[in-house]
Amino acid sequence: MAETRLIRKDALTKLFEKTRQSGRRILAPKAKGEQAFFEEVTSFGEVCLDHVQTRSSAKEAVFPKCEALLRYKFGDKGAVSYDEKPFEPPVTVVFGTRPCDARSLAALRAVFNWDTPDKFYLEREARTTIISVSCTKADSDCFCTSVGGGPGDTAGSDILLTPVSDKEYLAEILTEKGQAIVALAPELFATAGGAQKEPHLAKVAVQFDVNELAKTIPVTFNDEKVWQEQSLACLGCGTCAYVCPTCACFDIQDEANRQGGVRLRCWDSCGFSLFTLHTSGHNPRHVQSQRWRQRVMHKFSYYLERQGMLGCVGCGRCSRACPVDMNLVEHLKELALHGRNG
Amino acid sequence: MENDNKATGAFEPKLVAFVCNWCTYVGADLAGTSRLKYASNVRVIRLPCTGRIDFMLILKAFAQGMDGVIVSGCHPGDCHYTVGNYHARRRWILFRSLLDFAGIDVRRVHFAWVSAAEGAKWADLVNKVSGEVRELGPYKEYQGLAGKGIA
Amino acid sequence: MEELKNKVRELLKAGTVQAVIGYRAGSDEKTARVAFVRQPDEADGLILDPRCTDNLAVYLLKPEVKLLGKLAIVARPTTARTILQLASENQLADGQVIVLGVSADGKAVVELASFEALEKFVGQVPAGLTEEEKVLLAKIEGMSREERWAFWQSEFARCIKCYACRAACPMCYCSRCIVESNQPQWIPVSPHDEGNLEWHLVRAMHLAGRCLNCGFCAKACPMGIPLNLLTQRLAEEAKAAFGAVAGGSATGEYALSMFKADDKEGFIR
Ligand code: SF4
Ligand code: SF4
Ligand code: SF4
Ligand code: SF4
Repeated sequence: MAETRLIRKDALTKLFEKTRQSGRRILAPKAKGEQAFFEEVTSFGEVCLDHVQTRSSAKEAVFPKCEALLRYKFGDKGAVSYDEKPFEPPVTVVFGTRPCDARSLAALRAVFNWDTPDKFYLEREARTTIISVSCTKADSDCFCTSVGGGPGDTAGSDILLTPVSDKEYLAEILTEKGQAIVALAPELFATAGGAQKEPHLAKVAVQFDVNELAKTIPVTFNDEKVWQEQSLACLGCGTCAYVCPTCACFDIQDEANRQGGVRLRCWDSCGFSLFTLHTSGHNPRHVQSQRWRQRVMHKFSYYLERQGMLGCVGCGRCSRACPVDMNLVEHLKELALHGRNG
Repeated sequence: MENDNKATGAFEPKLVAFVCNWCTYVGADLAGTSRLKYASNVRVIRLPCTGRIDFMLILKAFAQGMDGVIVSGCHPGDCHYTVGNYHARRRWILFRSLLDFAGIDVRRVHFAWVSAAEGAKWADLVNKVSGEVRELGPYKEYQGLAGKGIA
Repeated sequence: MEELKNKVRELLKAGTVQAVIGYRAGSDEKTARVAFVRQPDEADGLILDPRCTDNLAVYLLKPEVKLLGKLAIVARPTTARTILQLASENQLADGQVIVLGVSADGKAVVELASFEALEKFVGQVPAGLTEEEKVLLAKIEGMSREERWAFWQSEFARCIKCYACRAACPMCYCSRCIVESNQPQWIPVSPHDEGNLEWHLVRAMHLAGRCLNCGFCAKACPMGIPLNLLTQRLAEEAKAAFGAVAGGSATGEYALSMFKADDKEGFIR
């Protein structure tokens, strides 16, 4: 399936135009202050690809921070009428994701397609095309290569662009969805010749042995000291989960008044103390160390057991965004070491 | 949530008044028993004291489609609970400045002291506020928030 | 710096405190992070430079940190003010923590074991906005009402309700926040536009006159929302209207827990 072409950087303006004309919405990194966020854009000029990584992830396209699952109206004498409109999320192109983000979709899909297929997630994903851009630079928080990815990894992308010169991208067209985008403006895509992507990719050193980690962290489970020490600084906010491209936990909220209501799905986080609070008042994860342990164990142990993959793609967002600089790699290395030393 | 005058089709503001039990509510009642004519588009909600009128009530009123809000209670020195209105006054001073800073139209939020004997002042207040908010038109900005940000 | 490290070593060696909350180097050269120093030799890792801006007072009320034993804390002027404000709200008792006050230029370190000493220390140094924040605040204040609405709406729209701002704020210490009360559900849990507006206004009001303007909330916000300007605006108003400034004393009342019979306003009919 994979086909390799070349596209000039200045042709992206045209490609954006064609994409928009085809009725697709485009989400892409937009700069704001020192950060970049995925937002809807109308032209290529608004896009900013200068950042190693965006602050927020692109999961908003398939798993919005707040989405309606169901709407209803109250009628006379207790009658309730449901909004029966078919669920038709916008046809979307996410442009400028990094290869780690593209891989994160598999982790989300594994949860949302686990036992009961989640029509909201799956329908949004079916209508979403991912055009990623390989990384030519990385920072100290990036660790994709430690968790099976890489700065030029194609997994999860429909098209992967790698800048091979000041003026050109090498375009790997990886799926039918990718081909559908090419088909909008085939004249923009030239034959690739001999261009190679590898020399242009960022170098990201492997930081820890993930297989070793998978063995050692379950051993550490009951070692409360380790988790307490690691999480002493943690404030228990939702930041790490909300910026994470693979975190899939959500909360269901009913909001209604006398006319009618809506059932909403919103992001939730295992870092919150309320996340596991029972109605009885009992909280099985009653201290922050247990919540931190859950976060780490879920991504690096439970996910492997249950979904056959890691729940982390090494994007480094959680480390960058944490208000108190809880650095994930640092903690993972320490855990791996701890397991090794028994 | 129709805010229009049924007969003329003109815009009629929806107003809510949060009033204290001891002064303004009695004043409003007096306006009624004195058969003073005043604008009928205000819904009166009685609370024990202005000190109990949480600023959240004002936001909730706007969220529920109100075009203007009146908050009223006993004059300073006359509070049934001695000092509730003094506390309320401080809170309003800060809250009003916050609303203004956040871009909320403070011309739609009115604070007043109306005593149990001031039926005429109450009628006049409602008429004035109703007239002013009518001029401003429906509070589209706030009402437009409903449903925004839901995918 | 050596002065600070020595003090910390002394306090730990003598057993005066069991842990010292300070700063150490963070993930990269631009970042500092909290250190919980429990062994005298760990004091070597302490740093004190312009990176050290987090308001460490947030840790004084964290249950896990309290369990470490008696605490000392490295406090820049704003953190010191925060401690006094917490004391005035009965969250800290006199003598409960030893404050290692750092002068505004970051050089001198003084051990402040009582609130009285702390009051004298903070007397000299009012909190303030950064230059950038001052520019932004002036810009917002110069906007028309409609522009202010549009500005804040576009900022609030990014809010994801991660509550990092709340978690980072040392004054947000309620064990059950209003946003978690659901009988009734005052503030929608959902991060839609209405829920976000209500969250930001309620947060600001609950901090009105109590905010020390440390800016930690805005620094913590992953979405870059300048939400400390809301509380800053209220602090200015509280000062202008009531002469009230937070964090000056361990016994003072805060702007909204008191009143004067002749408080002035120009809008009540
Ligand atoms: S690790 Fe950081 S981002 Fe995550 S909950 Fe703790 S303080 Fe918040
Ligand atoms: S856990 Fe952190 S590094 Fe891993 S995918 Fe999530 S945000 Fe990225
Ligand atoms: S930290 Fe920012 S994004 Fe998170 S709840 Fe506060 S304002 Fe919203
Ligand atoms: S509201 Fe923000 S600036 Fe004010 S004390 Fe809390 S964290 Fe500091």
